Amino acid sequence: MLSQLRPALVALIALTIITGVLYPFAITLIAQIVFPSQANGSLIVQNGNVVGSALIGQSFDAPKYFWSRPSATGPFAYNAGASSGSNLGPTNPALLEAVQARAQALRAADPNNTAPIPVDLVTASGSGLDPHISVAAANYQIARVARARNLDVARVQQLVAQFTEGRTFGILGEARVNVLQLNLALDAVK
Amino acid sequence: MTIIGILQIVLFVVVLVALAKPLGAYMARVYQGEKTSLDPALKPVEKFLYRLFGTRETDEMDWKTYAVAALLFSAAGVLFLYALQRVQGFLPLNPQAFGAVSPDSSFNTATSFVTNTNWQGYAGETTMSYLTQMLGMTVQNFVSAATGMAILIAFIRGLTRHQSPSPSGRGVRGEGHRGEGLGNFWVDLTRSTLYILLPLAILVSLVNISQGAMQNLTAYQTANLLQPTTDSNGAVVTTQTIAVGPAASQVAIKHLGTNGGGFFNANAAHPFESPTPLTDFVLILAESVIAAALCYTFGKMVGDTRQGWAILAAMVILLTTFMFVAYWAEANGNPAFAQFGIDQTASDANPGGNMEGKEVRFGIARSALFATATTATSTGAVNSMHDSYMPLGGFVPLFMMQLGEVVLGGVGSGLYGMLVFVIIAVFIAGLMVGRTPEYLGKKIEPFEIKMAALLILIMPLTVLGMTAFAVVHPDGLQSIFNPGAHGFSEVLYAFTSQGNNNGSAFGGLGANTFFYNILGGIAMLISRFWLAVPTLALAGSLVKKKQVPESAGTLPTYSPLFIGWLIAVVLIVGALNFLPALALGPVVEQLMMK
Repeated sequence: MLSQLRPALVALIALTIITGVLYPFAITLIAQIVFPSQANGSLIVQNGNVVGSALIGQSFDAPKYFWSRPSATGPFAYNAGASSGSNLGPTNPALLEAVQARAQALRAADPNNTAPIPVDLVTASGSGLDPHISVAAANYQIARVARARNLDVARVQQLVAQFTEGRTFGILGEARVNVLQLNLALDAVK
Repeated sequence: MTIIGILQIVLFVVVLVALAKPLGAYMARVYQGEKTSLDPALKPVEKFLYRLFGTRETDEMDWKTYAVAALLFSAAGVLFLYALQRVQGFLPLNPQAFGAVSPDSSFNTATSFVTNTNWQGYAGETTMSYLTQMLGMTVQNFVSAATGMAILIAFIRGLTRHQSPSPSGRGVRGEGHRGEGLGNFWVDLTRSTLYILLPLAILVSLVNISQGAMQNLTAYQTANLLQPTTDSNGAVVTTQTIAVGPAASQVAIKHLGTNGGGFFNANAAHPFESPTPLTDFVLILAESVIAAALCYTFGKMVGDTRQGWAILAAMVILLTTFMFVAYWAEANGNPAFAQFGIDQTASDANPGGNMEGKEVRFGIARSALFATATTATSTGAVNSMHDSYMPLGGFVPLFMMQLGEVVLGGVGSGLYGMLVFVIIAVFIAGLMVGRTPEYLGKKIEPFEIKMAALLILIMPLTVLGMTAFAVVHPDGLQSIFNPGAHGFSEVLYAFTSQGNNNGSAFGGLGANTFFYNILGGIAMLISRFWLAVPTLALAGSLVKKKQVPESAGTLPTYSPLFIGWLIAVVLIVGALNFLPALALGPVVEQLMMK
């Protein structure tokens, strides 16, 4: 039986080199040559500063910005160094309190808006870093953002449309709006 | 539920079944040592490896030697991965300067990855160095999967090889004169890794990177926030540290090998692991396709592809049914939200439903699809947080695991688990009609039934025993996060997941404690090896049997009737074992909602 000990050790070492060294290094090398932007986190650079990633959300609560979804990361929302969901169960009173408080905050920022609030705006995402909101969630906020910025609603609608991505091949996933990119574009509007 | 949502589930099932034949036929060629198109690149490497190992392709192992080889290889893996985590602070490729992982967490993680469970008590981006992720996690993602596949192939050989009577009446060795040999573990391990897992992992990595999946070796990035925010202590935060690393290469194999341990804490919900709906589709397919194709491989190797299709049909029917249950439960949303004026109705602009713990780009349908596939296969990766599912939505992943990880299941382990259920199904059917049960020409006798019963009973015993212990022990109760019945579900889920080598979690449970790390580690070891060894023993017994020619009284194990019968046996055994425990968790929670 001990005759299998040598192959066990040698196989572990050899396969570690193949799958743990050669494979990840080869993929990294190809990625850095062929897809450098994607492989490095789709970073958004403005004036030489990294202002975020197109794939990682940020927290917004000023009326002039579109708000992202709630985030359960600690110790602050959208901590991209520690992804996490809330893990609150559907019957947990803490979840209902949080949803109520979020709904109240949205209504307080836009008292005239009596429309029902799209569910993604009051629920924390799985990663805590969701870069997107639904199209409905963006539409819900357009009037508020336009007012805070003294912009035409039509102009804001146009920007929302510009940063809306449809379902992949028209079937996979959901239509969505990239919040950080949209807010950056809003700030750039003269 | 929307038409588009339903179509996404249908599309997945169609593509999965369509790929089963080509990939399955390829794998049959690989395991039978036939020519493949990758030979020019891989044959020399393969030959070189056998020289290093000191083994020959033609060296045959009986079931005991095969088991010892698999166990020694796994033991070496556990020790290496444990040591690596303990000393990672002194090793290179550690830009965030992470120190040693605690002894109990290292033990849990080492057993977790070697047993193909990939339960994670730790958070990747705040715990593990790049070197540990590559040399430890990525390697075990490959080789633990390859070990499962090897054991399956040995089991199949147990069914196909036999002792045939010679003209003189004395027994001679059957097909290929291999005696009691089940093949060579080192050969099966190497071929699984080189010819199957590695090429697919390269493909999946590159597709996902093109979509935005992360793959670099640099230190974490810092971004200046557009709008400063405040932390829980009220301090102003102006920057965002973005965790990066060699994620895509690890994520590809974590799905293909039905491992499931995320590079990042949020697993495939993290945008750097799965940035788009397309990567989500690819990952769900990756975690299901090998297990599905192995059914075809099985049919090919036993010389009757109908046998493989029948098993795949049973699996796919169960999988699809439960996907729709989960989708329905989550799409209905949380009734308690209605009082706050929340719109949970699905439309082209709104994913609707229960979005707590889910990502907008995936929505409800893809999340439910993923949750069902990841628990039906023993992957355990998540693209949404199962702890926040509706009671019946969370019931689906829990029950998929409790069926014993045989609905696709782990690569290799799922099919050998299902074949045990086939043996039980044949046995019960045989009792009903009063005939000696046989499967693929092999008589099913007391030893086989003893082993099969053992295989089916170990898992619920581990899961229910440990759950019961945890909910009466203060250390077990202390980690519970959500109140009431849901808290019980968290504990039941934890041991169901580890006791079935799945690895997903109701993540609220604070599982990185001495109590859960040690108990869970033991559950994972039992579930992997206490099942693998009797499986090989079963193969060792089957290979010694004569082939009984098919007769009019033979129960066809490929008819629609048998498929339905197999589904019933799997469901009844799972329900008998777990309904009482489920009644205390998701069922009570659902009843309390109304």
